[in-house]
Amino acid sequence: MSAVRAAVLRTAGTNCDAEAVHALRRAGAEPHLVHLHALMRAPQRLDGFGIVVFPGGFTYGDDIASGVVFAVEMRERVLPALRRRVAAGALVLGICNGFQILVRAGLLPDTDGSGRQTASLQPNASGKFECRWVRLRAVTDRCAFLERGQEIDCPVAHAEGRFVTDDATHTHLAEHGQVALRYVRADGRAPEYPWNPNGSRDDVAGVCDPTGRVLGLMPHPERNVESWHHPRWTRGTPGGAGLDLFARAVRVARGDGC
Amino acid sequence: MSTPALALVHVSVRAGLRDPAAEQAESALRHALPHAGVRAVRFVQGYVLEGDAASDAERIAREILADPVTQEWSVGALPDDSAAEVRGGALVVSVARRPGVMDPVEASCVRAIAALGSAARSVRTVRRYVVTAERLDDDALRDAARRVLANEVVEEIRLGPAFELRAVHPAPYAFRRVEVPLRGADDARLAAVSREMGLSLTVLEMQAIRDFFVREGREPTDVELETLAQTWSEHCKHKTLAGAVRYRGPDGERRYRNLLKETVFEATRRIAREDCLSVFSDNAGVIAFDDAHGVCMKVETHNHPSAIEPYGGSGTGIGGVIRDILGTGLGARPFLNTDVFCLAPPDTAEEDVPKGSLHPRRVLHGVVAGVRDYGNRMGIPTASGGLYFDPRYVGNPLVFCGTLGLIPRDRVAKAAQPGDAILAVGGRTGRDGIHGATFSSAELHEGSETVSAGAVQIGNPIEEKRVLDALLVARDAGLLSAVTDCGAGGFSSAVGEMGEHTGARVQLDRAPLKYDGLSYAEIWISEAQERMVLAVAPRNVARVREIFEAEDVEVTELGTFTGDGRLQLFHGAEQVADLPMEFVHDGLPRIEREAVWDAPAATPFAWDDTRGDDLGRDLHALLGAWNVCSREWVIRQYDHEVQGGSAVKPLVGAGADAPGDATVVTPIIGSPRGVAVSLGANPRLGDADPRAMAWNAVDEALRNLCAVGADPRRAALLDNFSWGNASKPDRLGSLVLAAEGLRDAALAFGTPFVSGKDSLNNEYQVGGRTIAIPPTLLVSAFCVVDDVRRCTTSDLAAAGDRLYLVGVTRDALCGSHLGLVRGTTGGAVPHVVPEESLAVFDAVHAAIQAGLVRACHDCSEGGLGVAVAEMALGGALGADLQLAQVPFEEDGSAQTHASSVRDATLLYSESPGRLVCEVAPEHAARFEALLRDVPHAAVGTVTATPRVRVIGMRGGVCVDEPLEALRASFTRPLRDGAVS
Repeated sequence: MSAVRAAVLRTAGTNCDAEAVHALRRAGAEPHLVHLHALMRAPQRLDGFGIVVFPGGFTYGDDIASGVVFAVEMRERVLPALRRRVAAGALVLGICNGFQILVRAGLLPDTDGSGRQTASLQPNASGKFECRWVRLRAVTDRCAFLERGQEIDCPVAHAEGRFVTDDATHTHLAEHGQVALRYVRADGRAPEYPWNPNGSRDDVAGVCDPTGRVLGLMPHPERNVESWHHPRWTRGTPGGAGLDLFARAVRVARGDGC
Repeated sequence: MSTPALALVHVSVRAGLRDPAAEQAESALRHALPHAGVRAVRFVQGYVLEGDAASDAERIAREILADPVTQEWSVGALPDDSAAEVRGGALVVSVARRPGVMDPVEASCVRAIAALGSAARSVRTVRRYVVTAERLDDDALRDAARRVLANEVVEEIRLGPAFELRAVHPAPYAFRRVEVPLRGADDARLAAVSREMGLSLTVLEMQAIRDFFVREGREPTDVELETLAQTWSEHCKHKTLAGAVRYRGPDGERRYRNLLKETVFEATRRIAREDCLSVFSDNAGVIAFDDAHGVCMKVETHNHPSAIEPYGGSGTGIGGVIRDILGTGLGARPFLNTDVFCLAPPDTAEEDVPKGSLHPRRVLHGVVAGVRDYGNRMGIPTASGGLYFDPRYVGNPLVFCGTLGLIPRDRVAKAAQPGDAILAVGGRTGRDGIHGATFSSAELHEGSETVSAGAVQIGNPIEEKRVLDALLVARDAGLLSAVTDCGAGGFSSAVGEMGEHTGARVQLDRAPLKYDGLSYAEIWISEAQERMVLAVAPRNVARVREIFEAEDVEVTELGTFTGDGRLQLFHGAEQVADLPMEFVHDGLPRIEREAVWDAPAATPFAWDDTRGDDLGRDLHALLGAWNVCSREWVIRQYDHEVQGGSAVKPLVGAGADAPGDATVVTPIIGSPRGVAVSLGANPRLGDADPRAMAWNAVDEALRNLCAVGADPRRAALLDNFSWGNASKPDRLGSLVLAAEGLRDAALAFGTPFVSGKDSLNNEYQVGGRTIAIPPTLLVSAFCVVDDVRRCTTSDLAAAGDRLYLVGVTRDALCGSHLGLVRGTTGGAVPHVVPEESLAVFDAVHAAIQAGLVRACHDCSEGGLGVAVAEMALGGALGADLQLAQVPFEEDGSAQTHASSVRDATLLYSESPGRLVCEVAPEHAARFEALLRDVPHAAVGTVTATPRVRVIGMRGGVCVDEPLEALRASFTRPLRDGAVS
């Protein structure tokens, strides 16, 4: 069986590409770094990739707002090609800045398929950048990357992660299984700050598109793929849970014959 | 000429939605204007578009600048919500970058606007605040904005709802060769030239330059003088530390021809450890990591710029040291940043802040934000650091920034070859930071804020990230002969250093500029950020260009490394400099400086026996002391996880809120081979005994490594001296002793120094009074760890485990934090006994590697008591201690547990060389066997009861504090950056 090819898109200010490549490789995929500008010149380069990852970072400094410049550059030629890949069964993952880009580009949550931007990732309620570990729970059956009920500990590291949308969209997402991940607390209590690190309404940490094949999340599962990654590994809690998300994606992509 | 087209776009968060930027401004203005009755603040982001974009402003606002879900926008006038508030009486204050100050948002806007099919000649941002208050006028608002919203060194403040649009484009430069008549100058004239040109050269140095040009039979040009001033500056040449010194003190007289070479370097030379791949010869020291890689580290200071503009100062500080690592060998890949700030206490009264200085709280917020915004954007974890507070840092805070990098072992050596092209890569050159090197070599004074504005810069980390990405590709392709960063002195230093042994010919008019109007001299010495210089063989130039341009990095061929040993500068066809490299680098006249040390009289620790010891209260005070308390507010603003290498994090424990001893990361993702990094410093010891300060800093850095399971015998060290004005003999006297202390400690521990940096002249003059900083020596240590899975952390793991204190406790309270929190001075200086420390480190390391230690923490600030309390906080478990078990020694004679020893001494003494280990009962026998040759004792147990209890020498309970109360004391001071 041939390996699943995964594209990791990068441009100026992308800085979690190495982690994404490593996690994909550990999960059995064959990752390739692809520069956005190369794709802008030749969008057909996306063909043949079963998984496309938008990794974290500060693309173009997050100037204006996070992900804006990348989304604008992608709009003309790359976005249509990407939509074709998703329609053909490919999986798309946006992590942190990648999530911000997908939302800004209208690929997420895309409740009505119009491609309009209907949500936003706004500055954290705390008003500052936060790097801390959180616990996530998958709360949907719809998402190709996740198994409902699965929990993943992994870090967040962002200044703009508060998921905002209007009431109608918010309800639609919850009712249609597009809320993919929520922040939870280990003891089951309501995850107020800092367990919900950014003040997202209803603790939304990640959303998927109606197909379940496009997932965006603020936390970094690719930073919890080794036993020593977990902050409590010296207390007997081994790391590595983030790898499950990538491994599942690879299985799905392979099953789809990509 | 037609007026340039300009348009102002406003963007703000819609009413009813949260706007953290407005909330922060509101909180800051309430704080700054307690009597104004501030009711509401709206934040409006403005963008001034110039060029075609101005006529496309509406489309650009809708599609790029405003978020369609959360924001409203307008072109020209303020958005509706804000305009309504202005009609209701709200005031408006606007903050914009001054012309010429880097605005990193500009480049991204221009790019996005181009992607939309329009074009912007320039984009400038402006922050606008709409303030509704009961009692407020423009003057009071301007004053408050100065204090909390803007820094007028780099920004301008404007009042009122209207905002006048101006585009500033300097006129093109008209070439004029400037000569400075020097040959007939007397000493007074020489001094005047140095002062007027801002050269910071002494009369003696000016004489050497004059005499050189007398021999040459011509007058110097301005750029020749600037070149010599940059190269001979304290910042670049380290002429004090690398100079001749005559020392006199109670321990006799000594002379050094080169202080650093004969102390710190000499120790490294004699230790001659074979894993040292490059020491003191490059930007950073390199030691072996594995068969294929070396690991390097550098720590820099960026003190004076940070005093004036903390955000830009610390940001360009971290940006600069990252470039140092990029410029080590043929380029190392940065994988970890460190930062240490020395500031006045955040609760310093406003009236104690000298005129012209910023309040330390503002400095703290600024320097943290600067490191955060630069380090996070570079994608390099900032995961190791420290904070030190002393009132004497008030006018002259210290900012230490460090970076570690990984480099292939076959890329460590470099040399520019005759015939190589000189390529400048990265950012464009502007007037930023002109005279930074000479500025940092002079004392600060109350006018520095205005005269030194040019020495302050704002960085653009994404430019540097692009350079990083491209440079490593070019390195791996084997296309580079040499690389160096543009730091202090700009092209002057970079090209001057690289071409020292070849000569260089530079065409200054080729340098790409941010704006018109720069003279050739300004181009040569500009310290604009994010630039590097490469030496590339002609056959490789095209490929190097291709690699950098693929990452959108500008490449310019400035000239050639020649072979004639001369530094030749041209502007067009005109030659503007022609100096022999030999004179540039070795022409500096050498003088012998005087150093004197008067040891302060030793006094006993001043116990206050009018009131009884309350050790519980002391423990709360120690945990809440500025130097000890939780730094979580700082640490969490830094991405300390990026690159996926974090193995021992800066915060550890069940709740990830206890301090770690050292940070451990794996530079090669997925491989368990790691690097541990730690630091040691105690500026509180420097006044009493600089030599002991040096010894203790080395011991602390090494025992921190030991505590996480690294082997201190494999460590390498870095020194950073930050001192007062070392032309004053007393300041230099303490510097000599500190350097000797480092040499002796390095030799005794067998641990080499591989890199270092000094920053002198850290003094502040106000109203005829001079405040010198405490002599501050920072020692950083780094060490290869074979397998991070054998590391340990400081948090207690299980009730019922034993707590061992390893190492001897002595009465050593001089410079201690017990003295600090009790407001008391005196006491015996802590002395390192290296053979004892080494025995402790070896034994504890062996025990950790054998898997016998569940938690380990070093005893430093606050001694045993604070160490155990921090372990308990990390584990969310209690601890019982028995002071009668503590191995104690007095004056060399083992006087175990003399009844005259105070409980406070046993609990809070800061004697070095000690670690606390948690050991499960079933491992106790094996642990004790490994420690049989080392003083140690089981001094307590881990309990499930969340309290820290201490039984004193006489059997009574002397501390019994609930863990959560201790946690509150530990976390309160710096919560929210000490704002509340």
